[in-house]
Amino acid sequence: MEFLAQLLNGLSLGSIYALIALGYTMVYGICKMLNFAHGDVIMVGAYTLSIAMSTLHFPPFLSILTSMVVCAVLGVLIERIAYKPLRQASPLAVLITAIGVSYFLQSLALLIFGSTQRRVESAINVASIQVGDFTISGNAVITLVLTIILMVGLTWFINNTMTGKAMLAVSEDKGAAQLMGVNVNKTIAVTFLIGSALAAVAGVLYIASYGYVGPYTGAMPGIKAFVAAVLGGIGSVPGAMLGGILLGIIESLSKAYISTQLADAIVFGVLIVVLLVKPTGLLGKKIMEKV
Amino acid sequence: MAMLQVENLQVFYGVIQAIKGISFEVNQGEIVALIGANGAGKTTILHTVTGLVPAKSGHIQFEGQDLLKTPSHKIVAMGMAHVPEGRRIFQQLSVYENLQLGAFTRRDKAEVAETLKMVYERFPRLEERKKQIAGTLSGGEQQMLAIGRALMSKPRIILMDEPSMGLSPLFVSEIFDIIQEINKAGTTVLIVEQNAKKVLSIANRAYVLETGKIILSGDAQSLMNDDSVKRAYLGE
Repeated sequence: MEFLAQLLNGLSLGSIYALIALGYTMVYGICKMLNFAHGDVIMVGAYTLSIAMSTLHFPPFLSILTSMVVCAVLGVLIERIAYKPLRQASPLAVLITAIGVSYFLQSLALLIFGSTQRRVESAINVASIQVGDFTISGNAVITLVLTIILMVGLTWFINNTMTGKAMLAVSEDKGAAQLMGVNVNKTIAVTFLIGSALAAVAGVLYIASYGYVGPYTGAMPGIKAFVAAVLGGIGSVPGAMLGGILLGIIESLSKAYISTQLADAIVFGVLIVVLLVKPTGLLGKKIMEKV
Repeated sequence: MAMLQVENLQVFYGVIQAIKGISFEVNQGEIVALIGANGAGKTTILHTVTGLVPAKSGHIQFEGQDLLKTPSHKIVAMGMAHVPEGRRIFQQLSVYENLQLGAFTRRDKAEVAETLKMVYERFPRLEERKKQIAGTLSGGEQQMLAIGRALMSKPRIILMDEPSMGLSPLFVSEIFDIIQEINKAGTTVLIVEQNAKKVLSIANRAYVLETGKIILSGDAQSLMNDDSVKRAYLGE
């Protein structure tokens, strides 16, 4: 029973990683860039949630929605201001810019909110369920269910709407997509918008279990989700989902049965092993081109 | 006035001048060929027409509209489709999804369905393989898909870049027959080819390019009989 509880913890933590990893992988798929500021969007989302709930006294649902909107707008703005002018620049310049944006957001939060972590009322409060001597965390269940809904929705959106297909087309060949009449700039903006809104949800869920937000809150989940995206195969949407869930489970089980201190080392160790065996990640594919 | 009018076009890649002041025109209903050796600038010209490569100077007018001022993604809706070099179909999407993307700017679902039917009639193999991932098609089928995808936009003019590249002789003949049929059905064609013999046999007029300049032009028949063309491009 203890094992099942740990597994559920892992699943719920993994869903949060997966939601963040989706943003990394979608942006990588379309722009071939690593948006290292993505983790900090979570932090902005968490602060927004905190202000909406405690200062503005919005009801939880509206607070979550506000957080999603703020993050979506932020994501689109980051792309417009920081990345778009570098569309033709070297990947290294874009990478450094992304790290710069990350520091900028952290410093801005530090300036506005100070370095003390701030307690956030959870927007999601579900009572735990007792089954025999086994306690199922209500928040974990909600996290898992919400993530599944969002993933199914996103997959449907990508495969069944013309905007989704335009995203797939742009990620494969920008020039050919333009010849079809796809507006590449708009498609990239939509990608950042969706990725950042998902990050906001991840932020809400993360805060629901941890309860505090500080300027560096986004850094660790951000880096873990990046690992998840690479583990699953960066650029692959199902890969990000799988990578995130796996990472969460490995982390939770390591903490429970091996060592709390070593858990992160094990997580990164798994990444190294997977990349040694399969450099493209679990679901990353190398398409053989026929000429 | 010609349907497509290119005047004094100059294109640079960095400091290297790829196109050195080229002018040509395509009239409605024609098949016009641009022939020349590798690196003569044929592909660059098509890329400049549809905005994938910016021009340094010159004019490109399509049905009276200035293409150099039109963003690439708005050109297909104006009635111009481009089958790019190397086909550039979306390898990871299905045949059907590729065709759907060809009609990306068209909103009338019933009309799009009709065009799709027409494309399937012209290329029955695409219908047989509509659910197949495009990257797994043979080279000839991929070329059919690239042409079918372009037809999905219902273009008045279609630009074709090396449609015979990498295809078996049997497929080459089939593709050229198809291009002729498309033209007979009312679509103007601007085609770039290295296979000069084949393309001159279906074209009305042609321009011969050499290192970014037009060195010769005329109707296809007379070019085929031109001694310098014979020597340089027809291998006679």
